Amino acid sequence: MLELQAVSRHFGGVRAVDGLDFRVSEGEIIGLIGPNGSGKSTAVNLVAGLFPLTSGRILFRTGNLETLPMHKRLQLGIARTFQNIRLFGQLTVWQNLWVAQNSPEDRARRSFLGRWLGGQKGVRDEIAQLLEFSGLAQKQDELAANLSFGEQRRLELARALATKPKLLLLDEPAAGMNSEEIGQLRDRILRLRSRGITIVLVEHVMELVMGVTDRIAVLNFGQKIAEGTPAEIQANPLVRKAYLGGA
Amino acid sequence: MDFYYGMAQIVGVHTLLGLSAYIVLLTGQVSLAQAGFFAIGAYAAGMLTVLGGWHLVPALGVGALAGAGTACAVGFPALRVKGLMLVIATLAFGEGVRLFFFNFDYQIAKGGIKVGPLGGEGFRQIRFFPENGWTTADVMLFIWVFVVIVMLFLWWFDRSRYGAVLRAVGEDELAAQSVGINLTAIKVSAMTVGGAIAGVGGGLYAHYTTHIEHSSFNVLVATFAIAYPIVGGLSNVFGTLLAVIFVQVFLIEGLRDLGDWRNLLFGALIVLAMNLRPDGFLGRSRRA
Repeated sequence: MLELQAVSRHFGGVRAVDGLDFRVSEGEIIGLIGPNGSGKSTAVNLVAGLFPLTSGRILFRTGNLETLPMHKRLQLGIARTFQNIRLFGQLTVWQNLWVAQNSPEDRARRSFLGRWLGGQKGVRDEIAQLLEFSGLAQKQDELAANLSFGEQRRLELARALATKPKLLLLDEPAAGMNSEEIGQLRDRILRLRSRGITIVLVEHVMELVMGVTDRIAVLNFGQKIAEGTPAEIQANPLVRKAYLGGA
Repeated sequence: MDFYYGMAQIVGVHTLLGLSAYIVLLTGQVSLAQAGFFAIGAYAAGMLTVLGGWHLVPALGVGALAGAGTACAVGFPALRVKGLMLVIATLAFGEGVRLFFFNFDYQIAKGGIKVGPLGGEGFRQIRFFPENGWTTADVMLFIWVFVVIVMLFLWWFDRSRYGAVLRAVGEDELAAQSVGINLTAIKVSAMTVGGAIAGVGGGLYAHYTTHIEHSSFNVLVATFAIAYPIVGGLSNVFGTLLAVIFVQVFLIEGLRDLGDWRNLLFGALIVLAMNLRPDGFLGRSRRA
């Protein structure tokens, strides 16, 4: 579904991502782990289109992604959340989801003909479902800025889902969560998989990564040093060395 | 009574000017180009009624289109830059427009006298209203028809999904892009609608004052344009109207008796107002 071919991104002399090859198949949950500064977030940002590649190619389904602006990539079905939460704080919870409905299906529904056929009811139903899924139904008229940290994380995930993604890039969704919240997040991720959404999970919280992913890729200094099932990765000496240092 | 009608005319036109900046501010852009679009609408509509003999209503339509067209053309390159750089770019555009009209001559002889814009001397005898026998009250009502239409339009717009999208862009451009919002399209659209509103306002301004010149569109006017929505608050269009009334009626007219002290107090009162209501008269209270 997604394929990175020899992807590099350099910031001045820093090789944040350096010749990364990486594949994601439809329906998988892939973990992307590595020490701080290993290039995980940069890789996600490259796929989302935050900045151009230095070299390499990114293929999504049948097409090239590299030259598409962010909003076009979203219409192909690639959505993401941010490591540091970025909500529209002065919009309500409901409006945060409303403005995110930009999938081709939603755009057709908003067209003149779509309105005439009663597409607006679908909009409300979908938002209500997302609020239910995220446990935010009671908060729909609250300003996003007034939510608690955990609620904001849930809203950001819901906002990404409002774009009807096929591929979801989660950039450290469990950062700052307690273990009960992590458990809820794991349940949500597994429910998303059962709906057929492919997920790339960048995460430091091993409890979550080892529990939900089918396959894990480990980055260090912008390069992939290992790839395999969670069990294989846990046993891999190179990974231990990257995390713990030493011989 | 005419004094109050005249006051209402000024308030109406300045409200249009402020609302043209309001919609652009919703996307988080500070544009000092609004006086330029205002000038283009004023000269376009004035030339059509004076030189072309048009009725005012279609002339205002062309003024709106001219303002919108220029704003759209300026929007594409200008909105690639942000923050202070955008302020400088739009300021340069506004000054460019002013200097263009400072040097712009296009006069024809009509009824024994030459009419039309004449460079630094300005554009005199925009006499559509007196020639057609409109009273001050008629003119005031005519202006307010446009103000009400624009306010109703923006009120509806604010509550529609487009309004929420504009505010989303104003809050966080990166997050807006990440949920599939086309930033360029949204910002340029807001700029274009703002240009149309400023164009209508300029056309009305030219006709009620009957005389415009380059200095009627200087950077002070551009500053007022963005000050109204900022002082009034961005939560809805009535904030801008309130701010125009505060500035034009209370500060400028109400304090006229104070003579030179007025200018000093003017600044102090705006500072005071912004301190008491940092998000504007109708802004959300920060403590909420």
